[in-house]
Amino acid sequence: MTGSNDRIGSSTVGVSTPAVELSGITKAFPGVIANDRISLRALRGEVLCLLGENGAGKSTLMSILSGLYQPDAGSIRIDGREVRIGSPRDGRELGIGMVYQHLSLIPTLTVLENLMLGSNPGIVLDEVRARARLGDLAARLGVHVDADVRVGALSLGQQQHVEIIKALWKDSTVLILDEPTSMLTPQGIEELQKVLLGLKASGLAIIFITHKLHEAIAIGDRVVALRQGRVVGELGPEVLRTGTPHEIQGRIVEVMFGEDPTRGPQIAELREDLAAERSDARTRLEGSPEILRLDGVAAPGARGQHGIEGATFVVREGEVLGVAGVDGNGQRALAEAIAGQRRSSVGTIHLGGEEVTNLSVGARQRLGLRYVTDDRLHEGVVGRYAVGLNFVLKRIGDEPFWRKGTIDRKAIETTARSLITEFDVRTPSPATPIGKLSGGNIQKALLARELSFDPRVVVFHKPTHGLDVKTIAAVRDRIRALAARGVGVIVISTDLDELIDLSDRVAVLFAGRIVGVVENGPQAATRIGELLVGGEAAA
Amino acid sequence: MSEAAGRTAVNPRRADGLIGRIGLALGPILLAFLTTAVLLAILGRDPVAFYRDILLAGVLRPSGLQDSITRMAPVLLVGAGLIVSFRASLWNLGADGQYLLAVAFVAGVGSRVIGDLPPVLGWVVLAVAAMLIAGAWTFVPALLKARYGLNEIVTTLMMSFIGIAIANVLIKGPLKGDEMVPQTFVYPEGTMLWDLPGTTIHVGVVAALVVVVLVHLVLTRTSLGTRLDVLGANPRAAVHMGIDVPRLIVVAFFLSGALIGLAAASDIMGIFGYVRADWDPGYGLKVVPLVFLAGLNVIAFIPIAAFFGVLSIGGDYATRKADLPSDFILVFIGLLFLFMIVTQYVSARRARGEPVLPAWFRRTLPARDATEGDGG
Amino acid sequence: MVDLLSPTFLTAVLAAGIVAGIPLLFASLGETLAEQAGVLNVGLEGMMISGAFVAFVTALAVGDYWIGLLAGGIAGAVVSLVMVVFCIRLGLDQIVVGIALVLTAEGATSVLHDIWYSRSYPRLPNVEPFRIPLLSEIPVLGGSLFSQPLVVYVALAGVAFAAWAIRRTRWGLELRAAGERPDSLDAAGVSVVRTRTVAELMCGFLAGVGGGYLALVGAGTFVPFVTHGAGFIAIVIAMLARGRPWWCVLGGLLFGISLSITTALQVAGIAIPVDFVEMLPFISVLVVLVLFVRESRLPSALGLPYLRGSR
Repeated sequence: MTGSNDRIGSSTVGVSTPAVELSGITKAFPGVIANDRISLRALRGEVLCLLGENGAGKSTLMSILSGLYQPDAGSIRIDGREVRIGSPRDGRELGIGMVYQHLSLIPTLTVLENLMLGSNPGIVLDEVRARARLGDLAARLGVHVDADVRVGALSLGQQQHVEIIKALWKDSTVLILDEPTSMLTPQGIEELQKVLLGLKASGLAIIFITHKLHEAIAIGDRVVALRQGRVVGELGPEVLRTGTPHEIQGRIVEVMFGEDPTRGPQIAELREDLAAERSDARTRLEGSPEILRLDGVAAPGARGQHGIEGATFVVREGEVLGVAGVDGNGQRALAEAIAGQRRSSVGTIHLGGEEVTNLSVGARQRLGLRYVTDDRLHEGVVGRYAVGLNFVLKRIGDEPFWRKGTIDRKAIETTARSLITEFDVRTPSPATPIGKLSGGNIQKALLARELSFDPRVVVFHKPTHGLDVKTIAAVRDRIRALAARGVGVIVISTDLDELIDLSDRVAVLFAGRIVGVVENGPQAATRIGELLVGGEAAA
Repeated sequence: MSEAAGRTAVNPRRADGLIGRIGLALGPILLAFLTTAVLLAILGRDPVAFYRDILLAGVLRPSGLQDSITRMAPVLLVGAGLIVSFRASLWNLGADGQYLLAVAFVAGVGSRVIGDLPPVLGWVVLAVAAMLIAGAWTFVPALLKARYGLNEIVTTLMMSFIGIAIANVLIKGPLKGDEMVPQTFVYPEGTMLWDLPGTTIHVGVVAALVVVVLVHLVLTRTSLGTRLDVLGANPRAAVHMGIDVPRLIVVAFFLSGALIGLAAASDIMGIFGYVRADWDPGYGLKVVPLVFLAGLNVIAFIPIAAFFGVLSIGGDYATRKADLPSDFILVFIGLLFLFMIVTQYVSARRARGEPVLPAWFRRTLPARDATEGDGG
Repeated sequence: MVDLLSPTFLTAVLAAGIVAGIPLLFASLGETLAEQAGVLNVGLEGMMISGAFVAFVTALAVGDYWIGLLAGGIAGAVVSLVMVVFCIRLGLDQIVVGIALVLTAEGATSVLHDIWYSRSYPRLPNVEPFRIPLLSEIPVLGGSLFSQPLVVYVALAGVAFAAWAIRRTRWGLELRAAGERPDSLDAAGVSVVRTRTVAELMCGFLAGVGGGYLALVGAGTFVPFVTHGAGFIAIVIAMLARGRPWWCVLGGLLFGISLSITTALQVAGIAIPVDFVEMLPFISVLVVLVLFVRESRLPSALGLPYLRGSR
C-alpha cells in the first residue's frame, strides 16, 4: 500500500481514522490462496473501489469483512478498534452493510417483508416502524420505493435501491457493494453515482467491488487493484481526479499489470482493434442472406420470469445479434423458444427459409440450430456422465454413436478425443465425469458439442458468465470465428461490455418485449441504456 | 405442484469398485440385523434363535430354500419395474395397486379361461394381459406428470389405494368364484406353470431371471437406457438434449407397471392359482429400499432379491415361532433403509475427501468449500 | 329408506365428516408449515400412525384423551426428529428418508399392537361432544358444526393462529424465506437449519395429534395401518393449500364428507361396497388435484437441502 503511513497507529476516532482497516488478511482454500496478506483501508465519506478480475480475491475479502468467512491470518479494525467478525450478524452489528453480487432479496415477498427479514426485533412484525425506517432511508438515497410491492415486480434498479436500504438498515458505517450488477448502463452508473454521493456526504464509507475499469473510474474516489489474491497497486483521489478518463485508464492498467503489457489487451475494454474489425464485418454483412427469422413470437415465462411477446427480428449469415436486458426480462423464454424447448404459442420461426415453429428440439438440432445454455451445470451437461458421453447427449440413438439402438463406446471415445483436442478442454480423460471439470472447461466442452457437426445458427445465453479472463477471451474468439464462417449468431447477455464487444447489432429486451434494435457503434452503449431506461419508464 | 424445483437425483452415488459396492450393501444389512437383534431382546425374544429360525426355514430346509427361490420371482420383477422408473427419477410408488389389479385379472379371469387355452399360449396371453393392465394403471400419474409436471409421488400413491380397492371390489363381485369366502375360482388341475423337474420352483422364476437380464441390457446398452438416465439426472437437461420428455415419462411408467404386472402373473400362475379379497403382499414400499441397496442396478439386485426371498420365507416362520406379527419384517426393512442412507452418505463424503462429520458438528473449524465469487 | 335430505341425515353426514376430516386438518396444517419452510414430508403417514398408537396407549393408561393427544403429538415430533437429523441437518434425500419412516413406523406400531393388544382389543369410551350454547340449537349446523369434541374448536383456533402467524410474525416470515430462498435467509443472519427444524418438529407434532385424534375420537381404538393413507392425502391437501391454513380446513372437510356420505348412505340402506368407501377419498382428492393442477405452486426450495457453501 502506498501513502498515508502517518495515520497508522492513531487511536483516536476522528475523520482521519479509517472506518475499516484490514491488515495482512490471508485466506486459503484447498489449492488456492484467495487472499494473500491484503491490507487496505476505507475512509468515511469516500468510495473505495476494489478492482480486479474474477478470481482476484475480491469477493473472498468482502465475505471476510461481512463475517461469512474467517481469515486464516490478519486483523480487522473498525473505527480503529480491532474486532473479530464471527458471523454476518456480527458484521451487521458492527455497522457493516453488504449488498451481495447475486441479489439476496426474495422475489415472492414484498419490499417491506424483505426488509423486516432478519431485522425485526420482536416476534410480531412491526410494520409501522419498518415503514417509517424505509421512508427515512429512501429519502436519504433520494429514491422512492413502494413498500407493499412484491420485489419480483420491481425493476433491477429499484431492487438495487432496496438492497442498499437493507444494507443500511442497522445504521451501517460501511456499505459494501459487491459487483452490484453487470448490466449497469451509462445511465445506471450515473444514477448509482448520485445515490452514493448522498451517502458519502452523510459520512458513510463505501467499498465498491468491480472488475470493470470504467466503473471503477466513474465511481471510485480511490482504487485498489487486486490480482491473484494480492494488492498490486493503489490510486488515490489526486490521480483519479486529474487527467482524462483515457489517461486514468492507462495509469490503472500500468498499476495492475506493471511491466507486462501483453496482459492488458486481454481486457476487452482495451481492445481498440475490435472497432475496426466490426466495421469490416458490417460491409461483409451487406446482402448476406437471412438465416433465422422470428415473426411475432410469443412464449410463456416460468417461475415469476417474463415470457416473451411479439418478438420479431432477423439474423443474417455471419451476423452476431446481441440481446441486451436485465436478467429475468424474457431472456430464457426467448432462447428456449428459438431452441424449441418452449413451445411458442403465437408467431412463426423460420430457419434458413424453412418454418420450424412446430418442430421439436431434436428436429431443430438436426437442421443446424444450436443452443449454448447459460445453466451449464444443470441443463447443459449431465455432471456425473463422462465428458465423452456428454458430447453426444444431443445425438442419443444416432449413428455412429449408437448402432441399431445399442451404444458404441469406441465411436464415442474417438470423437471425444478429437473434440477435446480441438477445443482445448482440459480433462484428465474422456471418461472423467464432466461435473469434476472447472466451469471454464465445462463451457469449452459445451462449445465443442454445439459448434461441431455443422451449426447454422447458434444461440449463446450468457456465454462467459462466471468464467476466468482467459476463457472469456477464448470463448469470445470462438464466437467471432463462428460468425466469420458465416454462421448466424445470437448472444444473449447481461454484460453490456460483452455485447458491445461482440455484436453487429444489439436488440434490447425489456419485460418480454424487444423495445429496440441498436446498430453497434460509438454511441451504442448510451443508446441501449436509454432503451432500457425508457422501457422501465414505459412499464 | 410444478416440479419441486430442481429435484435431487434419485440415483445414489455409486462407490468405486465391486468391493466398495458390496460393502455399501452389506454394511447396512449388518447394522439392521444388529439393531433388530437389540429390538428383539427388548421384546423379550431370543435374537439368536430368531435368526437361526430364519436361516433354517429360509435356506437350510430344502423346501424352505425352494420357497425362498420361488419368492425371488415377484421381488425381481417388481424391483426391475421400480428400477426402470427410479433411474428416470420417476417415483412409481404405486406398485401395490398395479400389482393387485393384475392379480385380480390373472386370478379371476385367468382361472376361468385357462382351461380353454393351449397350455403355453394361455400363460403368455395372461402374462401379457397382466402387463398391459398394470402398465395402463400408471397412465393417470404418468400423463399428469408429463403434461403438468404434477408430483408423481402423491398421484401414484393415490392411484395405488384406488387400484387396491377396485381389485377388492372385483374379487368380491364380478370375479368371485362359487365359494362362500370372497375369492376367485382356482386354476384347474394342470394349468399352473410347470415346476422345474424335481423341485417346487416354477418356470416363472427362470422367466423372471431372463426378463431381468434383458431389462439390464436395455438400461445399460440402448438409447432408451441413456435417455432414462439423462431424464433421471436432470429433467431440464433432458429437454435441452432434445429428448421427448413427456413421451419418455409415459413409456418409463408403462414399462415399470408392466414389469410389476408380470410379477403378478408369475405369482398367480406359478404359486397361488387364485386370490382372496384383501390379500396384499405390499411389495411396493418394501422393495423400494432394496433397489436402492442395489444402486438401481438390476444385476446387483439379483442377490438382494435372493436375500429378501430368504428373509421373507424364513421371517414368516421365525416371527410365527417368536409369536410376533409378520409385519415385524417391515421394521427390519425400514431400519435397513435408514442405515443404507447413512452409509451412502458417509461413503460419499469420504469419497470426496470431506470429513465424515457434517459442518454443524464441527462448528469450531473454519468453513470450507468456498470459492471466489461465492456471495453466500 | 331414510329421507336423504332430512335434517337428521344431513346433521349426521356433516358431523361425521368433521370427525373424519379433523385428522387431515391437523396433518395438512403441519405439512403446510414444513412445506413453507422447504421440507417435503413423505413420512407424514409414519408420524400420524406413531401419534395414533402412542395417543391410544397413553389414553388407555391415563384415561384422559387430552393427555393422549399430547402424547401422540410428542410421538409425531420424535419421529420427525429423524427428518430433522437426516434431511435438514445432513441434507439427505427427503423422499427416501420419508419412505423409510413410513415403513418403520407402520411396522413398529403393528408389532407393538400385536404384542400388547391382539388378544384383548381394548376400546376407549366415546368422547363427549362440547355443545356451544345457543349455536348448537341451530338446525343441521347446530348438531354438527357446533356439537363437536372440544379439540375440534381447538384445531380451528390453531388454524386461525397459524394463518395469522405465517403472515404477521417474524417466525412466519422466516419460515417463508426458508422455503423460498434459504440462502437469502442465511444472508439475513437467520439460521435456515433452526427455522426448518422448528417447522419440522411442529409438523411432526401436528401430524401426531392428527393421528391421535384418528385413534381416540374417530376410531376409539388402534388397529394396525389405521391411518390408511391419510398422511399422503394430507400432503396433497397441503400442496393445494399453498401456505394458506384455511384451505387445509376445506381440504380436510372435503375428505371427511366424502367418507361420511358413503357411510351414511350405507346406514340409509343403500348398499355400497366398503372398498368403494375406502376408495372415494382418494378419488375425490385426485379429482381436485387435477382440477386445480395449474393453481398449485410449491416453495422454490421445497425438497432441497440447504448446506451453506454448497451449491
